Amino acid sequence: MTTLPTSTQKKLGLVIDLDTCVGCHACVVSCKGWNTENYGAPLSDQDPYGAVPSGTFLNRVHSYEVQPEQGQAALVHFPKSCLHCEDAPCVTVCPTGASYKRVEDGIVLVNESDCIGCGLCAWACPYGAREMDAEEKVMKKCTLCVDRIYNENLPEVDRVPACVRTCPAGARHFGDFADPESNVSILTAERGGMDLMPEQGTKPVNKYLPPRERDRSEDVDILAPFLDPVASEPKGFMGWLDKALSTMPGGQ
Amino acid sequence: MHPAPSVIIFSTMSGIGFGLLVWLGLGHPGVTGFSAFVFFVVAYLLAVGGLIASATHLGHPERALKAFTQWRSSWLSREGICAVAALIVMAIYGMGLVFFGSRWGFIGLIGAVLSLGTVFTTAMIYTQLKTVPRWNHYTTPAMFLAFCVSGGALLAGQWSEAFWLLLLTAALQVLVWVRGDTALAQSGTNLATATGLGNMGGVRPFEAPHTGPNYLLREFAFQIGRKHAQTLRIIAFVLAFVLPLLIILLPFNHFLAGVAVISHIAGVFASRWLFFAQAEHVVGLYYGARSV
Ligand code: SF4
Ligand code: SF4
Ligand code: SF4
Repeated sequence: MTTLPTSTQKKLGLVIDLDTCVGCHACVVSCKGWNTENYGAPLSDQDPYGAVPSGTFLNRVHSYEVQPEQGQAALVHFPKSCLHCEDAPCVTVCPTGASYKRVEDGIVLVNESDCIGCGLCAWACPYGAREMDAEEKVMKKCTLCVDRIYNENLPEVDRVPACVRTCPAGARHFGDFADPESNVSILTAERGGMDLMPEQGTKPVNKYLPPRERDRSEDVDILAPFLDPVASEPKGFMGWLDKALSTMPGGQ
Repeated sequence: MHPAPSVIIFSTMSGIGFGLLVWLGLGHPGVTGFSAFVFFVVAYLLAVGGLIASATHLGHPERALKAFTQWRSSWLSREGICAVAALIVMAIYGMGLVFFGSRWGFIGLIGAVLSLGTVFTTAMIYTQLKTVPRWNHYTTPAMFLAFCVSGGALLAGQWSEAFWLLLLTAALQVLVWVRGDTALAQSGTNLATATGLGNMGGVRPFEAPHTGPNYLLREFAFQIGRKHAQTLRIIAFVLAFVLPLLIILLPFNHFLAGVAVISHIAGVFASRWLFFAQAEHVVGLYYGARSV
């Protein structure tokens, strides 16, 4: 059913910390691995060892340079996967009912056996979170690892999305945004978690934590006083030499 | 957006085909018998041929029947239902004209409304997309409908109506082009809102996620040079409007009438190609397309 639920019992999603992400792409690899071996059609690659490799990914990491008015530019690594929007435009455009948002936890999924591969949902997503698999010709997207988070065959520590579990920097957090006491709600409140493209009106569930202010060099540079020039004006023999040389042609 | 030939062929051909059905449904021209048969064959070839072209762009056309189920929310689903309903109703109406020599006016009227509805729902598939600011405007369905009825009038040989409708469509086309060129800038979506990093400073793409191409880049990051686009716009405008209008002003002649129709269809093709090729999808911003 491609009409959206008016509300969902839980709002499961991710907090992505742009301050701590180191841009290692480990989440990209673990996401591709888990979702190729488990639920749904595998994420295919085309020409993987050739000149122009290309493939389906549910999570990609961009890098941006941010240049403030003053001072040095900052480099921000930017992981991007489905934001499991509350007002998901990708769901309502789907003609077949293959795309849907779950009432129980808010996860946005594609029923691959109903998908006709029209691609319209990918057109409707502003974030580039949906990719048509070139092999299977069905729409693929982040499942929030729905086959991990409720999976009782896994040890409890592994019942989180693959990308969250794998991140060596702890830059991805998984939880329920409907619960104000959850880890993700507290992180969002304390660190000023933000929406991407709020003007598109999609009401993303996933939040991004902005990079924190960097330490400034003058605050920490305890050696600076010792690095002052020892003598500003030459004295004695050096002073005489300096003057003598300045009087010579071309000296000034 | 990637200008996929199947979608361009579909929207051009079926737009004109349903336009002809609108005029036939309204009884202009009031043909019966064999000449009605010829008109209906042309209209159905265009409309159905377009629909078949659009089905080839599906990944799983064998599941296409499922697309009739989500009319409550999906314009694509509504389009499918409208198209099938229009074709069925117009077939009944056409049967009356061809085999019984009688015009069942009420059925024709319903068929005409459904044919217009099909083109309107097609246009709404594009119009609803906030992600493509160039399309997300009421001028999009207005232009699709105008192209539909003016092309239909031309094919139906309704010269005096075609003349005024072509003038109107030409004006709309210019409006759509002029407004569209600033639509992305005016939408308020840019790399700063896309990354949320705008209040830290100027944002610039540093490194793409992958060195190779991907689905998103192939589908959404198509860009056409401004100079090529201007040339194509002139070609589209001359073929779709200027030439047919001049021919209408000349004394009627069957050969020239054919030239007017072919020129118009070629012009609509060029215009539709530009409609897709010039449309900027906001996801391109993440990849540094059109960054300022
Ligand atoms: S991020 Fe895109 S695919 Fe995911 S729910 Fe939002 S609109 Fe849909
Ligand atoms: S590609 Fe599949 S999931 Fe997406 S809109 Fe079309 S049918 Fe629905
Ligand atoms: S939640 Fe799972 S599917 Fe989604 S990006 Fe993370 S690893 Fe990929």
